[in-house]
Amino acid sequence: MSADILYWSIAIAQVLLAVAMAFACLRMFRGPRAQDRVLGLDTLYVNSMLLLITYGIRVGSPIYFEAALIIGLLGFVATVALAKFLMRGEVIE
Amino acid sequence: MSYPDELPMWAALLVSFFLLLGAGLSLLGTVGFLRFKSFYERLHAPTLGTSWGTGGILTASMIFFTVTEGRPVFHEILIGIFVTVTTPVTLMLLARAALHRDRSENDPTVPSASILTKPGKTVIGD
Amino acid sequence: MRTILPYPLLFVSLVLMWLSLNRFSLGHLVLGSVIALLASAAMASLRPDKPQLKKIGSFARLLALVFYDIILSNLSVASQILNDRKGRRKPGFMTIPLEMTNPTGLAILAVLLTSTPGTAWLEYNSTESTLLIHILDLKNEEEWLELIKNRYERMLMEVFE
Repeated sequence: MSADILYWSIAIAQVLLAVAMAFACLRMFRGPRAQDRVLGLDTLYVNSMLLLITYGIRVGSPIYFEAALIIGLLGFVATVALAKFLMRGEVIE
Repeated sequence: MSYPDELPMWAALLVSFFLLLGAGLSLLGTVGFLRFKSFYERLHAPTLGTSWGTGGILTASMIFFTVTEGRPVFHEILIGIFVTVTTPVTLMLLARAALHRDRSENDPTVPSASILTKPGKTVIGD
Repeated sequence: MRTILPYPLLFVSLVLMWLSLNRFSLGHLVLGSVIALLASAAMASLRPDKPQLKKIGSFARLLALVFYDIILSNLSVASQILNDRKGRRKPGFMTIPLEMTNPTGLAILAVLLTSTPGTAWLEYNSTESTLLIHILDLKNEEEWLELIKNRYERMLMEVFE
């Protein structure tokens, strides 16, 4: 019984997070400006990190925690680099 | 399914509650991200996912692994601290980049840089 | 003591982090302590001035208050997203004159304002010490000013200055 509850709530949470990732992707494609796309990428990273943690609960293995940590790190560095590029790159052109 | 069947009911309910709370809030954040009209409004929406969205799912993970491994597991808190510390950095950088770009195009809805050198508060709605 | 442990808080949190990433054992305690010692020595050579936490009690009270505020603003932003119609919300920019000049206090204020949904830190002018923020629903600007000036800034100044 408790395993069933957990199974279904994890499945629902995964679907919700996947839809959230799809929305972030949509905003990334739609724009309208470059900063919207970068913010969309950042949101996509955060949601994929959450999805990985949820998957770790599903398979019951703590190894996905490390993967989530790395995705978080990469997302942070990528967004900072892109924001820095927006500040300096286009204005000079 | 690989769950231990002896997982107590209260733990299953708590984990489910926090999981659904976190995932629901993250989804709501991206819904707002999609619906809001201007970039500065959109800047607020993902913070739902990085505050209680992340918090809920990390709490669920902490409860689950503490119960299944029979020892206190709290390393998820590290992701929480990391996300809390880094989100302001990315959002501030992005906001400043957006302000900079809008000002260089003379967008009238964005306050100019001189607003910060005048004392007193000024409010501009858009 | 000062030369061996220049940053006691950093040392303790690094050891705790090491022990939470690995299982607790005597070996990991020793290894983590050595790594934390090396890291705080590296930190000391990087940055000579260090932030001072004057009142730990009021810092803890501030954290509890912020935790509560984050829950409330999550709920309000969630409801604003769900019924987002034209004219119901008035988003806007707002400038706030700050009295706090301590860099650590300002950094923590930035984290607080950004992690509460509904407020976003945009720009800070350090010569005039004024701050530009964006607010999702600016119906009561007095209330927001009151919240940031009297609630957060005063408590942070108590802790750091």
